[in-house]
Amino acid sequence: MTPTLNLWLIPILPLAGAAINGFFGKKSSRTAVSTIALFFCGAAFVWALSVAWRFSSVAPLHQEYLAHWIRSGSFTADFAFYLDPLSLVMLLVVTGVGFLIHIYSVGYMWDDPGYYRFFSYLNLFMFFMLTLVLANNYLVMFIGWEGVGLASYLLIGFWFTKDSAASAGKKAFIVNRIGDFGFLIGLFLLIQHFGSLNFTQIFEGVPHLTPGAGTEALLTTVGILLMVGACGKSAQIPLYVWLPDAMEGPTPVSALIHAATMVTAGVYMVARSHVIFERAPMALTVVAIIGTLTALFAATIGITQTDIKKVLAYSTVSQLGYMFMACGVGAFSAGIFHLMTHAFFKGLLFLGAGSVIHAVGGEQDMRKMGGLKSYIPVTAATMGIATLAIAGIWPFAGFFSKDEILWKAYQANWVYWLIGLVTAFITSFYMFRLLFMTFWGDYHGIQVDAHGRVHAAHGDDGHGEPHESPMVMLVPLMILAVLSLVGGWVGIGNRFEHFLAPVFGSGEAAGSGKEAAGNFTEYLLMGVSVLVAALGAILAWVLYVSKPYLPQKIADGFGSLYEAVLNKYYVDELYAALFVKPLVDGSTRILWQGVDRKVIDDSINDAADGAQHVSDEVRHMQSGNLRSYAGWIAAGSAVVIAYMIWLGVGR
Amino acid sequence: MVPLSYYLVLSGILFACGVTGFLIKRNIITIFMSIELMLNGVNLSFVAFAAHWHALAGQVFVFFVMVVAAAEAAVGLAIIIAVYRTRETLNVDQVNLLKL
Repeated sequence: MTPTLNLWLIPILPLAGAAINGFFGKKSSRTAVSTIALFFCGAAFVWALSVAWRFSSVAPLHQEYLAHWIRSGSFTADFAFYLDPLSLVMLLVVTGVGFLIHIYSVGYMWDDPGYYRFFSYLNLFMFFMLTLVLANNYLVMFIGWEGVGLASYLLIGFWFTKDSAASAGKKAFIVNRIGDFGFLIGLFLLIQHFGSLNFTQIFEGVPHLTPGAGTEALLTTVGILLMVGACGKSAQIPLYVWLPDAMEGPTPVSALIHAATMVTAGVYMVARSHVIFERAPMALTVVAIIGTLTALFAATIGITQTDIKKVLAYSTVSQLGYMFMACGVGAFSAGIFHLMTHAFFKGLLFLGAGSVIHAVGGEQDMRKMGGLKSYIPVTAATMGIATLAIAGIWPFAGFFSKDEILWKAYQANWVYWLIGLVTAFITSFYMFRLLFMTFWGDYHGIQVDAHGRVHAAHGDDGHGEPHESPMVMLVPLMILAVLSLVGGWVGIGNRFEHFLAPVFGSGEAAGSGKEAAGNFTEYLLMGVSVLVAALGAILAWVLYVSKPYLPQKIADGFGSLYEAVLNKYYVDELYAALFVKPLVDGSTRILWQGVDRKVIDDSINDAADGAQHVSDEVRHMQSGNLRSYAGWIAAGSAVVIAYMIWLGVGR
Repeated sequence: MVPLSYYLVLSGILFACGVTGFLIKRNIITIFMSIELMLNGVNLSFVAFAAHWHALAGQVFVFFVMVVAAAEAAVGLAIIIAVYRTRETLNVDQVNLLKL
């Protein structure tokens, strides 16, 4: 008998919070709204912790059945939950980081008129994300998958009166639909061949498939389709374009949804489906190549961006690429490890960026910042820690996870490793560039007395200098800073990998045999990657602190290449020309002007006009003149009688 | 004995007179009288057929028609008086309140 963990409480609690705030929040005070939001989110976190505490006494796989959903023939899909070390890690990351970001949002969003709406959406997001993580079959996972997409759309377009925010939300939603389309087809294939979407049934079924070209083709197809879904959600090439635009949302949203949790759903899904991928080497190669390319590609764009959130957005895309690279070389636990540490330090970076934006009155352009470390020391320190972590400097969290990935990549193919290393260098460079541009040098910004944005405004804001954020925003920063520092230590001695071993199984245990032999190489590689990260930092120091006139010169030197990178390789323009414009033109000329106007509208209008013309003629008969009616009756009768007489005569 | 066709021709003539009067006259009382003429034309053919075929049903129908015609005359004249009182005319072309 397995003890019950009441997993259903975890997603339901935030849903309750979302409902209460959504329905009654408008009339409640801000304090009440934040109390409710924090209580329900915190309760989910506490419950997740207690589940984690008791989990060790349960089998490594725990399932809970909640309710029927679909029972059709032999196919069933129920509302049921699935807990194993993998979902537990996700659970703790989502609820933990989510809770911290909820706290932070209380401070960040305090002056926003849509305060209750924001927290309602945020709780709703938590509900869907937890559903996604805890699902025991792909269909319930898909509910969560679409739900987080919805929450993301609502939150990106949170300031929907701003045109750019509204269209960014739409862009995110539409691009994600493309990925979801692949995901759905993958699910249909799974139903067709396994008759089920249940994780246990599919994962037990896969090893029993007869080996052969047909099986491999099937699993490869499924794997690639799932990867298409993951590309959409996790912003990988070619569907990454929505994530940078998603920065139109409030900064806590960028931290929670577009850095720490939602965008990692794709990685989670691929890791969850590792049984399928492991038997489809080609699909894994696709995952690895997409991940590696995305990591490098996004990192290079990150160098040139000047909007502080855009840099972080491209950095997120790049780090997600790392995670996919890890999954692609079969090191799923390394990918999940990086997912976790990334949630800490990238969440922290975004929250820090929010604090900076708050401090300078809504400005996001780093060229108008600078020298902020004396104004906002806590933010500067915590962001410094996060930068060290993402750059992969020992002993910060990023070092352990990134190194794990690079090491596994090296074992798989040195090309992945090399690109990963180059990316690590670029990452370190652009992150320190961000840090130096924002916190070092002289302050270039406007004096903050007239606030551009409502959310950044303080009622009593008389001073003209950048100011530190309130405590409610700083505490989450500090906690995340600690996690960014110590979060990687769970990976020492492969403890994290062993924790996840029940999920990813023996495939990785086999690798551990080689480790003894490869120890020297591993340490060498570690040294190289730290060295590379340090070089990136030094280069950033030289370019942005000691010789700030150099970057412009270098940029001029590269000329058109720099232009291309600055404009994000014109990918948005390319997509617009390739897909959006033909679609819009086709819809306008053919569907709207051609089909809708010419065929549908005209046929309806012609029918109506015809009816009117006929009626115009026919209505003269109904004159209201009694004698003419009588005349018609007499004439009609005469005709009928004549006809009958003619009939009689004819007979 | 007068042949059946004579009665029928007379009946047709009476009916045709009634129709013509109904169509061309404007005075409502004349129209009313034309209706009576048509009814009586029909009555004539009924009784003629009844006599010819020795069937009493035709005569019974005529009684019915006469009763209905009497009732109709009573109601119709009452309406005519009412119309005359309100509109002071008996010209049907001017009693056109419901016309478009």
